[in-house]
Amino acid sequence: MACAVETLPGDPDLSDQTEPLLRTPLHALHGELGARMVPFAGYDMPVQYPAGVLKEHLHTRTGAGLFDVSHMGQVRLRGDDPAKALEALVPGDIQGLAEGRIRYTLFTNDHGGILDDLMVTRVGPGELFLVVNAACKQADLAHLRAGLPGVAVEYLGDDAGLLALQGPAAAAVLARHVPAAAAMPFMSAITADIRGIPVRISRSGYTGEDGYEIGAAGTDAEALARLLLAEPEVAPIGLGARDSLRLEAGLCLYGHDIDTTTTPVEAALTWAVAKRRREEGGFPGAALVQRQFREGAVRKRVGILPEGRAPAREHTEIQGADGAVIGSITSGGFGPSVNGPVAMGYVAAAHAAVGTPVNLMVRGKALPAKVAALPFVPHRYYRG
Amino acid sequence: MIRFTKDHEWVRVQDGIATVGITDYAQQALGDVVFVEVPEAGRALERGKDAAVVESVKAASEVYAPADGTVTEGNTGLTDNPALVNSDPMGEGWFFRMKLADPAQLDGLMDEAAYSAYVEAL
Repeated sequence: MACAVETLPGDPDLSDQTEPLLRTPLHALHGELGARMVPFAGYDMPVQYPAGVLKEHLHTRTGAGLFDVSHMGQVRLRGDDPAKALEALVPGDIQGLAEGRIRYTLFTNDHGGILDDLMVTRVGPGELFLVVNAACKQADLAHLRAGLPGVAVEYLGDDAGLLALQGPAAAAVLARHVPAAAAMPFMSAITADIRGIPVRISRSGYTGEDGYEIGAAGTDAEALARLLLAEPEVAPIGLGARDSLRLEAGLCLYGHDIDTTTTPVEAALTWAVAKRRREEGGFPGAALVQRQFREGAVRKRVGILPEGRAPAREHTEIQGADGAVIGSITSGGFGPSVNGPVAMGYVAAAHAAVGTPVNLMVRGKALPAKVAALPFVPHRYYRG
Repeated sequence: MIRFTKDHEWVRVQDGIATVGITDYAQQALGDVVFVEVPEAGRALERGKDAAVVESVKAASEVYAPADGTVTEGNTGLTDNPALVNSDPMGEGWFFRMKLADPAQLDGLMDEAAYSAYVEAL
């Protein structure tokens, strides 16, 4: 199962140009808000609004940002024991997931490579809810249908609504409409309604900030977005800032920091492989992943902090002090909250310790950098 | 005299020295500029070849030399404050100054009206 690479803002669009772009239910609203639109994972998506990426990024870190993430795939699994069934495809502890709780996990292949990363919510004993990456959703659906006999796999559709409200003001904003939202722990989910609109609320996101993802029917999404945008703390935020926020938070972007050639151990996502599953195995590629747990992997995903002001972009070669190639950057750019360049990449295990000096080959010149601890900006999830 | 290239550089000549920057259209397309690398004095530039680098939050782009010549000065103000490219692209946000080898090379570039029409058509 191959999954297309999600193109980043600024990257060339790798999607099939002959296919018409899909539109999220907020497409018209993006136009009204003056968004600059780009093709992304098969959708026509807002990369930035008139405020620009820098201001949008900083606004999310200080107030609340509203993101259209309706392009992500929302999938409902129903069956006798979908949690047990799903464990055949992922290394997470899904059976141990309490009702109303969410877990980050990975679809792996037989070589321990990552087919996609996803969020799994335990809705009830017979129901799970999944959010998968936009560029992977058709492949993921086929993978689920083939791998989970006896489980009903229901895709909510290309036009279902999903909003992310992220930032330190998110809780206060959402509590005006759903008081119970304020006390929700990180990685929990409830259903509610907001002025008559039925919603699924998850206290989760991908910016490193406290916040929520709010699912709604496509037909309700615009009304919901307008209601949230009417709150004084809330500004619309595009994909450009979403990318710089998740990079500062040290979070992987599928197709860049993780893909079918990287394992959970190499990707430093060992926390996404539950202890029980490490021992029991039973997920695709388990033997190789278990061996890497025992013996270590030959390379590892690390944070990279360039010493100067020049950003190092994806595919930049990383060299050791002796000039030997030791890896490459998988995500890199300017971190507005760090106020300087930040990056992530893979390096040979011997160079993975925090503080190790490395060189980044940018435009033919070796720029000094150091292996750095992730995240670059501390997570501010609500732990209760 | 101010002239424009199809790659969205502007060049203004005064007393035989050309000042080069990127246009307002270019800075808007780039978005927030976060890093600029300007050439040092004495560097020989070749028309149409890389002369400077401008990086926005999104991506890196090259700034090309509009003509052959030698750099007399890079705008070090941009090193400390790259955002000048966004706030004043045709003024304080200039990239470098150069002595032209053959001022006639600029004759083939667009004037302001032609550039406006060019951008309109993009």
